[in-house]
Amino acid sequence: MRQYETVIGLEVHVELATKTKIFCGCSTEFGGEPNSHTCPVCTGMPGSLPVLNKQVVEYAIAVGLATNCTITQNCKFDRKNYFYPDNPQNYQISQLYLPICRDGGIEIALENGEKKTIGIHEIHMEEDAGKLIHDEWGENSMVDFNRSGVPLIEIVSEPDMRSGEEVVAYLDKLRMIIQYLGASDCKLQEGSMRADVNLSVREVGAEEFGTRTEMKNLNSFKAIQRAIEAERERQIDLIESGEKVVQETRRWDDNKEYSYAMRSKEDAQDYRYFPEPDLVPVVISDQWLQEIRDRQPELRAEKLERYKSEFKIPDYDAGIITAHKKLADIFEETTAICHLPKKVSNWLMGETMRLLKEHEMEAEELSFSPENLAKLILLVEDRAINNSVAKEVFEKIFGENADPERYVEEHGLKTVADDGALRATIEKIVSENPQSVEDYRNGKKKAIGFLVGQTMKATQGKADPGMVNQILAELLQ
Amino acid sequence: MANIISDETIEYVGILAKLELDGQEKEQAKKDMGEMLDYIDQLNELDTSGVEPMSHVFPVNNVFREDEVTNGDGRDATLENAPERKEDAFVVPKTI
Repeated sequence: MRQYETVIGLEVHVELATKTKIFCGCSTEFGGEPNSHTCPVCTGMPGSLPVLNKQVVEYAIAVGLATNCTITQNCKFDRKNYFYPDNPQNYQISQLYLPICRDGGIEIALENGEKKTIGIHEIHMEEDAGKLIHDEWGENSMVDFNRSGVPLIEIVSEPDMRSGEEVVAYLDKLRMIIQYLGASDCKLQEGSMRADVNLSVREVGAEEFGTRTEMKNLNSFKAIQRAIEAERERQIDLIESGEKVVQETRRWDDNKEYSYAMRSKEDAQDYRYFPEPDLVPVVISDQWLQEIRDRQPELRAEKLERYKSEFKIPDYDAGIITAHKKLADIFEETTAICHLPKKVSNWLMGETMRLLKEHEMEAEELSFSPENLAKLILLVEDRAINNSVAKEVFEKIFGENADPERYVEEHGLKTVADDGALRATIEKIVSENPQSVEDYRNGKKKAIGFLVGQTMKATQGKADPGMVNQILAELLQ
Repeated sequence: MANIISDETIEYVGILAKLELDGQEKEQAKKDMGEMLDYIDQLNELDTSGVEPMSHVFPVNNVFREDEVTNGDGRDATLENAPERKEDAFVVPKTI
């Protein structure tokens, strides 16, 4: 049995978080009416001229610096020619000869505790294409150019990854860095982060790479892992049966867990790149570079240290919270309101993580407001609701960003703190359960648990457990 | 003419440029392209070692826009010349 090794490199496209497109003043907002964010520039009208958005250059440099790249201080754009209905100019403005960043790398941590550096070959700036909407039954497709001209950076890794686990660790790290920089929200589902997987297999020990294929249409980490597994198997099967792997682009269908060839070498892409004549070169001075370096936001390592010193939360908590920019943001904003960092951290690490897992969601998709979490924490702190009610309310905050104060009010979930009413209820329960009372008095201290349970049941879970215990202890004396 | 363009080359360039040329046009295109390449050969005779490659004809760089939305809803102007439109989108032959 021959042993094979998988060799993987990634091309990751990231939509930058600019307000406007890369070459015109159209909005980049997601989800507008078709073609409402378009103008002559981003629809390739003859005679229109692109003007570069400065923020795109700054984000690209920021990502390059954070991934240890060398910045190309004299960079320029090139024209990539091809025909496709989502590309109105019949070319895409991109960078081939002098990409803005080169020769970087990031370190990933693997499950076995090992660390590995994945090289970044280059990062270049380019424009996104429009979107084709396909009519399932009709003869036609429809084109929406709102996305045409949205700024992208493409991050090209070296073929340094050897497994799906390494690929996911690399993407996770990349996403975290970019989110921390604020350069993109990196949502795989919405396509603001898209990964193409270049994969080949070779016998263990072989020096030459095998023939690689490129896999597209991967929009979740799970899909990426499944596609890598399937493609590895497909290539090994071909080699084992004496056939050849064909260099081609394949499209992954995650429902069918199968990929099919999109275009093969016969219609090889000949993009006839040439320097873009409509744009002047970008010269990045040492001073500009230093300004961007000085403005780099706090990245994870610094945040982690600050959380431990400023908020006095344990190493473990800080590690989990800072792993996702979104969690870190919620943590800081909630803490700023309620000033109870450890409580905030507990909600994020406990219930939030549990519900994310249960709904198969990513931290980036969290949509509740820090204000509501802070209100909930304060309600518990004031003993207005008890912990089990709080968990129930939190599910509403998590799911629909419910206002906990109003929700508690409307559903009558306030802790029964009225000493008189609670005492009456407990007196009744005590009189109805003589056996438990006797057991307790005979030294079976556990019997109190049953009475507490009955009380909670009678009050629909709204009683303050501390108070119930206290009153019971008095009555059973 | 030093550069002879083959039928295959002109065919291939035609496909890339989405041009359908008839026999006569093909011959003309072969001749034109050959002459262009001859001219490039002539340029190549110059010794350019030590000359910085030119990336743009104008000695200008760093022309930027600030990241501010300046364009409003442009759909009517954009769709004005659409050969076919459905709602607010261009209609094209089915493309996957």
